[in-house]
Amino acid sequence: MPNTENTTAPAGLWARFNSIPLDSAPRTITVAVVLCLICSMIVSGAAVMLKPQQEINKTLDKKTNILKVAGLYQDGVDVEKAFGAFEPRLVDVATGKFSDAEDAAIYDQRAAAKDPALSIALDNDPASIKRQAKLASVYLLRDDAGRIERIILPVHGYGLWSTLYGFIALNADGNEVYGLRFYSHGETPGLGAEVDNPKWMAQWPGKLVYGDDGSVDIGVSKSVPAGIDGSRYHIDAIAGATLTSRGVDNLVKFWMGEQGFKTFLDNLKKGEA
Amino acid sequence: MAGKDLSMLKDPMVDNNPITLQVLGICSALAVTSSLKVALVMAIAVTLVTAFSNFFISLLRNQIPSSIRIIVQMVIIASLVILVDQILKAYLYEISKTLSVFVGLIITNCIVMGRAEAYAMKNPPIPSFLDGIGNGLGYSLILLLVGVIRELFGAGSLFGVQILATVNNGGWYVPNGLLLLPPSAFFVIGLLIWGFRTWKPAQVEKREYKIMESEGAH
Repeated sequence: MPNTENTTAPAGLWARFNSIPLDSAPRTITVAVVLCLICSMIVSGAAVMLKPQQEINKTLDKKTNILKVAGLYQDGVDVEKAFGAFEPRLVDVATGKFSDAEDAAIYDQRAAAKDPALSIALDNDPASIKRQAKLASVYLLRDDAGRIERIILPVHGYGLWSTLYGFIALNADGNEVYGLRFYSHGETPGLGAEVDNPKWMAQWPGKLVYGDDGSVDIGVSKSVPAGIDGSRYHIDAIAGATLTSRGVDNLVKFWMGEQGFKTFLDNLKKGEA
Repeated sequence: MAGKDLSMLKDPMVDNNPITLQVLGICSALAVTSSLKVALVMAIAVTLVTAFSNFFISLLRNQIPSSIRIIVQMVIIASLVILVDQILKAYLYEISKTLSVFVGLIITNCIVMGRAEAYAMKNPPIPSFLDGIGNGLGYSLILLLVGVIRELFGAGSLFGVQILATVNNGGWYVPNGLLLLPPSAFFVIGLLIWGFRTWKPAQVEKREYKIMESEGAH
């Protein structure tokens, strides 16, 4: 910020500026405009310069969360190294088959969802995401014999204030949930942000996604819906966060349904992915 | 002069503490004190923002038209807070996630604005800067005191290091869960204010009302 008391601006101009009464409209507007310009330059400069470091943190945080949702994270673990256990793949959401159209290691699904060439606009959009990327980044964890042990699928959808981004981990059968967690959201701390609460997240492991007829039966709600086996399919909603809970319910149903990963999971089961 | 500078830093710690005497900045003190580490980062952030906003506002004090002075102060404070937020996101990502909206809410912390309006608008930059540091430290002192009490008795740890072995980990200490909830900070701050005013009776405010004497009892 400039030191306006010892300014080095041309004396004539400065004297003329100073001769304008402090509270007159022209001077007030000049001060306001100059101050806003300087402040916005400082703020945007900082935002641009610190962006690369922030991006590194975000990627690291995302990888940490993939490790956590897959149950591979311990304190002090080398995230990059542990992350090597995963096989990142791309899935064509519409056909449900693996795709090699892009490099899975560097593909950015969030950026792709904004690119008209790489995404589709949704008409039926319960998760309120507007555009869905054609390719999704999934992470496979294989056991020593090379069989798939866990499938980590990216999910996102709108809560109350923000889009929640997270992962859902399924066991090899593509039905039993291993865990769900969000790595990025802007929900109210203490209410909607309780989606990060370990106690709430502990409800997910062991629940089943699909009913016997193949429909998505898992759901987040206040009470167990009629005709649903609560112990297998029901997740208790968060108290005081109705809209966030509803958002999570919508996004899980969307991503596990026909428009999401259902075709892929079916193909995987038949060995045709 | 040196003695005066020192008293400017010391004065807001006890004698003129922004939280216990002026009862400002309570909101964030409730929200971020459940763990000491977060409280410390918040304390540093508020101290820096108060000091630098005082400094810059004082530099500009003769150029700020009084009709828009509050807006000018807000613009400067908001820019500094965004700067702090961006730096936290870049270098202390975990903590910035825990602090979430509360960093942004430093903008509305009454201590920052209060010092800008009450001190920086009328005094030269260097004393204003010291005044900001002093008030920030006063806020920090209370924040850390509350943080120590809440984390030690609420979770049995300090800075995340176990001090009292809790029952969950096979120890003897049953943590007081209430202390991890925001309302407990109200009780702790209330007790601190009571303690401060018992120690320094000059801080007790005069009553603004007088209890009416009842006439003709029973």
